[in-house]
Amino acid sequence: MRDVIIPLIIVFAVLAGVLTVSAGLIWLERRLLALWQDRYGPNRVGPFGSLQVVADMIKLFMKEDWIPPFADKPVFVIAPAIIMATTLMSFAIVVFAPGLTVIDLSVGLLFFLAMSSLGVYSVALAGWSSNNKYSLIGGLRAAAQMLSYEIFMGLSLMGVVLLAGSFNITAIVEAQKGMWFCIPQLPGLVIFFIAGIAETHRLPLDLPEAENELVAGYHSEYSGMKFAMFFVGEYLAITLIAALVATFFLGGWLGPWLPPFIWFAIKTFTVICLFILLRATLPRPRYDQLMSFGWKLMLPLALLNIVVTGGILLLRG
Amino acid sequence: MFGIISGLWKVLLHTFRRRVTIQYPEQKAYMPPRWRGRIILSRDPEGGERCVACYLCAVACPVGCISLQSAEDEHGRRYPEFFRINFSRCIFCGLCEEACPTYAIQLTPDYEMGEFNRQEMVYEKEDLLIAGEGKYKGYNFYKVAGVSIADKDKGQAQNESPPVDRHDLLP
Repeated sequence: MRDVIIPLIIVFAVLAGVLTVSAGLIWLERRLLALWQDRYGPNRVGPFGSLQVVADMIKLFMKEDWIPPFADKPVFVIAPAIIMATTLMSFAIVVFAPGLTVIDLSVGLLFFLAMSSLGVYSVALAGWSSNNKYSLIGGLRAAAQMLSYEIFMGLSLMGVVLLAGSFNITAIVEAQKGMWFCIPQLPGLVIFFIAGIAETHRLPLDLPEAENELVAGYHSEYSGMKFAMFFVGEYLAITLIAALVATFFLGGWLGPWLPPFIWFAIKTFTVICLFILLRATLPRPRYDQLMSFGWKLMLPLALLNIVVTGGILLLRG
Repeated sequence: MFGIISGLWKVLLHTFRRRVTIQYPEQKAYMPPRWRGRIILSRDPEGGERCVACYLCAVACPVGCISLQSAEDEHGRRYPEFFRINFSRCIFCGLCEEACPTYAIQLTPDYEMGEFNRQEMVYEKEDLLIAGEGKYKGYNFYKVAGVSIADKDKGQAQNESPPVDRHDLLP
């Protein structure tokens, strides 16, 4: 009985916690962007405006859930669910503290890469089924961007795998007891982070949405809770990438004095703030710049990183 | 790469900057006295209505939001029987104030005029008239103008010479 109940509790705690955090991120992002642009942001609803998300949710529930008559209905409906499902599935392998994980897969890292690849279907199908030229361009951009950044996202993690000697998340964190991987794997960290921004299509690399050229990109035609699923899905993905950066490069739950989970939360939160800082700072590149940056610079760098890491490991025996 | 990092650092330093937002309902922005806001009708120093119902404001108004009807009281003074401004049309251009020969119609720095009901945007004379003189103090049209009213004939106004008998000037 214990073997069933404890995993169930963890599953629901992770689900509830992750959804709450990613909804709260909407408020956090608006406040932080405002802070860095010398304004206040939402500060009326609740203490420091923190209930703004609740107000937004009520509004989104009240909205008409419109499916355009020209859309491909089944695909249109299923597309927003895919991004939520794949991102939530990825959280299954995140180890929040020793033993505090949904499933401790021996190929946890590969599972995450597989799930984030499936996420491409969501945006590509949403863009396609909307039957709208801006959505289609957004969906095509998203597919091309996510596929090309997927490649070196996986490759950038191989340095970590080489150092840790395992695909298991717990083993990777345990391997960082001596030194966090952000020092020997600094190029890997930078490449993974950039790929993470592209995967979540956050602002410097948010070409699939690109409000000022494509209306709202692949989710132009979505409204109500379907739009909210894309929206929360994006913030879920940010939380996921931040948690994984913390796990793979910043030593996960490792740290002195404080309990492991607190360390994990602090590291994840810091990376999330970095995501928002990047959004506050950087403008969006042109689409061809994005692709040539990915294929001509990031991919060779990721390969070089693997070669050098592997070579050094071989030399040391 | 260095550019990106220094940019991130500069944005991060904005954490400690003063926020420029004016938190509106609690804090209010300074409105200059000549701000073109809610329109009022002022009174002369003796407390009478300044408006002489000359219709110049209604003619000058580019959106036609002023309507009035002139009348004359027992002293021979003209005044508006009704004076109505439809603020849902008003564009606050201030041309009525420029057109007014008696400083009666004036624009004020008040801008908080939101209503839930459109009809409430129509202001009648009672809503427009204020107790004081507004921006132009000490001006009384009938004291300086050569118009005869009950207790003042032609030539009795301030700085006004007595009327000339034109037949006197004939050679």
